[in-house]
Amino acid sequence: MKSKAPIYFLLFAMVALFMGMFFGLTASFQYLMPEFLKEQIPFSKLRPFHVTSVISWIVLCATGSIYFFLTYVEKFKLFSPLMAKIHFIIFLLTGIAIYFSFAFDYTEGREYFAFAPILIIPILIGWVFFGINYFKTLYKNVKGWPVHYWMWGTGIVFMCYHLMEAHFWLFNFFRLNFIKDFSVQWKSTGSFTGSWNMLVYGISIYLMSKIKKDSNVATNKTAFFFYFLGLTNLMFGWAHHTYLLPTQPWIRYVAYAISMTEWIVLASIIYNWKRSVLKVEKDINPMAYRFLLATDFWVFINVILALLFSIPAINFFTHGTHITVAHSMGTTIGINTTILFSALFFIVHQLYPDFKTDRKWVKRGFVSFNISLFIFFVSLIIAGAKRSYWMYVSKDGLFSEMQDSLIPYYISFFIFGIGIFISLLIVAFPIFKAFLQKIKPS
Amino acid sequence: MYTNSRPYIFVIAILLTLFGIYNYVVYNTNGYVAAEKLSPLAVKGQQLFQNNRCWSCHQLYGLGGYLGPDLTNVYSNENKGPLYIKAFLNSSVKSMPQFNFLEEEKDALVQYLKQVDETGIYPNYDAEIEATGWVKLKYRNEK
Repeated sequence: MKSKAPIYFLLFAMVALFMGMFFGLTASFQYLMPEFLKEQIPFSKLRPFHVTSVISWIVLCATGSIYFFLTYVEKFKLFSPLMAKIHFIIFLLTGIAIYFSFAFDYTEGREYFAFAPILIIPILIGWVFFGINYFKTLYKNVKGWPVHYWMWGTGIVFMCYHLMEAHFWLFNFFRLNFIKDFSVQWKSTGSFTGSWNMLVYGISIYLMSKIKKDSNVATNKTAFFFYFLGLTNLMFGWAHHTYLLPTQPWIRYVAYAISMTEWIVLASIIYNWKRSVLKVEKDINPMAYRFLLATDFWVFINVILALLFSIPAINFFTHGTHITVAHSMGTTIGINTTILFSALFFIVHQLYPDFKTDRKWVKRGFVSFNISLFIFFVSLIIAGAKRSYWMYVSKDGLFSEMQDSLIPYYISFFIFGIGIFISLLIVAFPIFKAFLQKIKPS
Repeated sequence: MYTNSRPYIFVIAILLTLFGIYNYVVYNTNGYVAAEKLSPLAVKGQQLFQNNRCWSCHQLYGLGGYLGPDLTNVYSNENKGPLYIKAFLNSSVKSMPQFNFLEEEKDALVQYLKQVDETGIYPNYDAEIEATGWVKLKYRNEK
């Protein structure tokens, strides 16, 4: 019998997603009514819950999908099914411990890793277990890896490194020098994102090769070229987050140069656009295919935005505004989440070949998800532009007055946030039910 | 269809070597402007800043949350400064929750913000935007 660990990871991921969105919505309501529940659950308490939950969704869903592809689709014998089980139990218990840490204010950590720093140890152990299982399994089974195996391996290794790097502040060598410390903090968080992108983008290439039934997608030289470009950006391209920090200029020159290589990604998207949308290989996996099409659109939008604010002259005006939030929401929801939902639909089809994924309500949910996300994204861009205008052009009025002037955009952001939540709930419900059925003891 | 992995392993080895060197240099490079190391009091303030998740709402150098204002130069701002910071800390204004910082904790937070302030300027209104898209920052105490 196959291990059920991948399904447990996926269920756990979906729970994290909806809890994360719920915390996010509650927190965003405080932009509209600052006094709302601020003593019971202040924004500062809700934000770590929101951020950690949605990052967990991405990481857990990617992990569960990779385990699933290796064992259920490729039919490899996992090096250690027991290790995969322990990996899941460690992450589950650590997740609960992190929620307790937030609830009872043991939040000595920093942004994105606000929990008590000791909890990074079990997280790292989980990743090391995953790494051992992954590399040992592939070493035994595959010669000449397609690009997605490289990407997943890279994601796991760099995840371990950057999780450690994000805690270098615990050493005085870093901590006492504020600028160095702050740069390393944002270096690690930038590359942490790059690491999970390696896992998720690897999944998208895997899915494309499976949906199109064309292994060339994952073995051709262009795919490897983009993998190395992504890896270079992961390693050296983080500093556009810190252009305005008084670091040594060479750090920023390197970041500027590396970030600009992403124009090649944009050119490639435009060049391949027509070819990719005209392909009709959607009969077997219609929803997985649709979500990948949505990914195409969101990649296009977000690459343009990222490229623009990687130019220091533009970054100067967008940094510290909601335009940065639009980018992070656009990439985590528009790109990561659409790829992961594509994976979920592909997986549910593997488990139940007769499962009808493109039901009427699911298709409606998919459409309303994309529309809601688009308006949500645009609201943030406008709010960011107005904040930038206040900071650099009008330089007039109090901070609170500027915030009040943004309320219409916060209302739109909140309403369409609810839209995203409900749409994804509709889309996810049948998958969640099917996964639950799978783990039910027979 | 399988790939020949050898050239890819070679490229990864080169990238990893460069990454190692790069990290070594970044970790051993200080800020552009010489600033004093955080004092024990400032470290305590920094820890309070973290424990109370001030970064959730506030920013330093434009990095952090967006519900509250950026605090990079709140210490040297002629309309604000240390007394203003102390008065604000337990004020519970707008979405700011009710904190009950002791006087010595307020001192620690003020000291932290003072030392952050000494490292640079944000927003940097005197930065120069060049035709290449580059931005030349004006550093603290630069003529």
